[in-house]
Amino acid sequence: MFGRLSWDAIPFDHPIPLITSLVVVAALAALAVWVQRLKAWPYLWNEWITSTDHKRIGVMYIVLALVMLVRGFADAIMMRLQQSLAVGASQGYLPPEHYNQIFSAHGTIMIFFVAMPFVIGFMNFVVPLQLGVRDVAFPTMNNVSFWLNASGALLVNLSLVLGEFARTGWLAFPPLSETAFSPGVGVDYYLVALQISGVGTTLTAVNFVTTILKTRAPGMSYLRMPVFCWTSLASNLLMLAAFPVLTATLAMLMLDRYLGFHFFTNDGGGNSMLYMNLIWVWGHPEVYILVLPAFGIYSEVVSTFSGKPLFGYRSMVFATLAICILSFTVWLHHFFTMGAGADVNAVFGIASMLIGIPTGVKIYNWLFTMYGGRVRFTVPMHYAIGFMLTFVIGGLTGILLAMPPVDFVVHNSLFLVAHFHQVIIGGVVFALMAGYTYWFPKAFGFTLDERLGKAIFWCWFIGFHLAFMPLYVLGLWGGTRRMQHIDDPTWQPWLNVALLGAVIIGVGIVLTVVQLLYSIRTRDQRRDITGDPWDGRTLEWLTLSPPPHYNFAVLPDVHGEEAYWVRKQTAIKQDALIKEPDYKPIEMPLNTPTGVIVAFFASVCGFAIIWHIWWLAILGLVGAFAALVWYAWRDEHEHVIPLEEVRANARERRRIRKQYLHKLSQST
Amino acid sequence: MNSTAIHGEAMRDRVPSGAAKRAVLACAALLLAGCNRGLLDPVGPVASAEKQILINSTAIMLAIIVPTMIATIAFAWWFRRGNKRATYRPDWEYSGAIELVVWAIPALTVMLLGGIAWIGSHDLDPGKPLASSKPPLKIEVVSLDWKWLFIYPDQGIASVNQLVVPAGTPVNFRLTSATVWNSFFVPQMGSMIYTMPRMATRLNLQADRPGTYEGISAHFSGDGFPGMSFKVQALPADQFAVWAQGARGGGPALDGRAYALLAKPSSYVKPITYGAVAPGLFDSIVMNRAPQPMIPHNPPAPPAGV
Repeated sequence: MFGRLSWDAIPFDHPIPLITSLVVVAALAALAVWVQRLKAWPYLWNEWITSTDHKRIGVMYIVLALVMLVRGFADAIMMRLQQSLAVGASQGYLPPEHYNQIFSAHGTIMIFFVAMPFVIGFMNFVVPLQLGVRDVAFPTMNNVSFWLNASGALLVNLSLVLGEFARTGWLAFPPLSETAFSPGVGVDYYLVALQISGVGTTLTAVNFVTTILKTRAPGMSYLRMPVFCWTSLASNLLMLAAFPVLTATLAMLMLDRYLGFHFFTNDGGGNSMLYMNLIWVWGHPEVYILVLPAFGIYSEVVSTFSGKPLFGYRSMVFATLAICILSFTVWLHHFFTMGAGADVNAVFGIASMLIGIPTGVKIYNWLFTMYGGRVRFTVPMHYAIGFMLTFVIGGLTGILLAMPPVDFVVHNSLFLVAHFHQVIIGGVVFALMAGYTYWFPKAFGFTLDERLGKAIFWCWFIGFHLAFMPLYVLGLWGGTRRMQHIDDPTWQPWLNVALLGAVIIGVGIVLTVVQLLYSIRTRDQRRDITGDPWDGRTLEWLTLSPPPHYNFAVLPDVHGEEAYWVRKQTAIKQDALIKEPDYKPIEMPLNTPTGVIVAFFASVCGFAIIWHIWWLAILGLVGAFAALVWYAWRDEHEHVIPLEEVRANARERRRIRKQYLHKLSQST
Repeated sequence: MNSTAIHGEAMRDRVPSGAAKRAVLACAALLLAGCNRGLLDPVGPVASAEKQILINSTAIMLAIIVPTMIATIAFAWWFRRGNKRATYRPDWEYSGAIELVVWAIPALTVMLLGGIAWIGSHDLDPGKPLASSKPPLKIEVVSLDWKWLFIYPDQGIASVNQLVVPAGTPVNFRLTSATVWNSFFVPQMGSMIYTMPRMATRLNLQADRPGTYEGISAHFSGDGFPGMSFKVQALPADQFAVWAQGARGGGPALDGRAYALLAKPSSYVKPITYGAVAPGLFDSIVMNRAPQPMIPHNPPAPPAGV
């Protein structure tokens, strides 16, 4: 009846996961009570959960990412603590079977459920606004994508309470992840969670490629798109090409585990090298799926806060596309030590280094964007400069790793761990924090506290370097990754410095929560009434903060590369807005519970597959399918925002804009 | 390692306490600790060459990166909003000359480094025999759950978690795994290579300096993984011959039964030496025909027709 599920699945004898789960359950219950007391359920359901508004969905993605960041960071600090304690004679406080779950969960969560939703959240929120349109191409599918992602995150967290998570590392290499070596439910949690969220990600890619290619404001030709839209396009093209590979690879491993196939097993003609190749055919582009939008965020930030257009815009676009294509030609550098032979290794090594060229160009172009500018050291600019300083070192160590004879001695080492955290934290996380500060006022109508923001930046910047520079050293000493116990006691001081760094990052994360709460409390003093708090250059700053559901009363006409900047400067010069256009009623997509229902059934189905409860799995699958069919049979697609409402809102906006621009024209 | 601890204690006794002083002492103790510094202390030709490539490439890149970092700080600071002496050029967004230079700098760097990578990959190909007047010693390596088996086919002996090699003589390794993937790695000797089930990889290394070196698995392989380290002893050639002679015939024999026992999962295993080895054991492990650990008395029959 319940497959493999029994009372033994609850970790009564492991206090750490048990207490953590109890705390999480208590926190969720408290949250529910609070929402109940505010009587906010209808608001949550109507305005957020069932919303098809790309801005709301973007915010939900980022909330998911921030919540999962706390989980992923808790794993990180536990690992650092274990490695600091378990040196020499001591075994630390985590046995291998627990420690191995933690590093597997940390990697899986940070990539799939922090970095990905964070990046996708920004693309959701920003891309349609920057393109000057009202929503993405497929708003309902967007909602479904989000909830499928959330479903994956839910299943990963459920493994804390019921059963276990994978103990195989975040990529679950076979044969270790095959039933013969990992008979428990851990790998199944991993596979099922990633399959469900992977469907969501692939749908996101379909949605955004279509949005960017097919729905842009009039006059917004490709070479007038903001660089963030370009990098989002490149990122989504990569997702579209790479995620099906991940889905197929994980599906093959599932066939091995569930139906006794032999794709990657040791016996029956299986070949585990195949998995290694396939997973990295997805895995390497994945790095660029994350880092390209990050580059886009830096481009927006550096340009805005230098008060200048981006230097070498076309060069940046070309560099982005070059990285997009090259990223598919380098996967083999993840296993130079497989013994493929000198020619193969050398070709893939050099191909990997080639990516350094367009990336280097980007660094120089940001540098020359600041040149001749008026640089404002705001919080996002702190992150951008911090990124430029630390990312070049990450690039240096990356090129070292791309060099096969060097990789032969640092492959899989702590040097590698330090490298990829340097590009992921210094590259992606810094961008996400910059973007969070930069676009927060657009989303909520008030800015985040600047002083706390700078404190958070310094926590990340100092904490990161303390946490990972020691790992470079240990890697050069021959330290390898994923060690639950360290033999050599002379490593301990370095591991302690790394722990200190992680603690400082932790302070930054706590301060992020403090900053949010404090900024909400003091929101009336920090209102952004103009819609353009940073003197921006792209179209999202044209509309009010927060923007109306339909973004723009009339789709803006785009002239030139910096759509909003050109318009703003003309208005300032003439001290007048453009002529009032003819407003029309606007059709917007209806809210829909489809996403949350489909994701509910997908979660049920996934849970049942993990625990071999076949009747429930079928029920879940049928339920999810039925929800989609029910949606396809809908009669009403859209609701109409009446002309009066559109016109009233637009006039109010014009009044505000006029005042703001008049003030600007007086000051110049 | 022990000497470090003693150093540290002794110094702490002499100097009055104080956080700053203690930090300085900790650093000093770290610098004094010279027992095993991985690839920074190479003992053979492969590791030396790799260290050299590491240093050269780093130096080449630092020559580009350090000025870039300085320029980042300098530009940002000079062009700060409050600086009245800086010229504001709000429309300056393109310069063909600068574009040419910023594409050329990384392109030329990568061309140079690509050349190093191409030559290095070929010179240091793990499968390529090392140039030497001495014939290489053959060793077969098997990763088990969670220990290393080293078979000396020409000497007819084997050892576990203890690799004895003659100093100054090239060693030709053939490697496989009887369970999941691992990676055979002796940082001070150079290149690592994966050990993979049902496949044999090749690796050529040499230790020039006699001594004892750390060896590890550099690919996560399950719960016993941290207890999978082994010692490499590089002996002068004559002493190696004496060791091999003495080992032969002494100690237990590694026959099918002993192998099946050995293959059972265990970690932090003390070194074992076997005085005899079943012939062809390595190949039968690669072919998956070696006795299985779970059913030691009932090894599977070879497939029909083979």
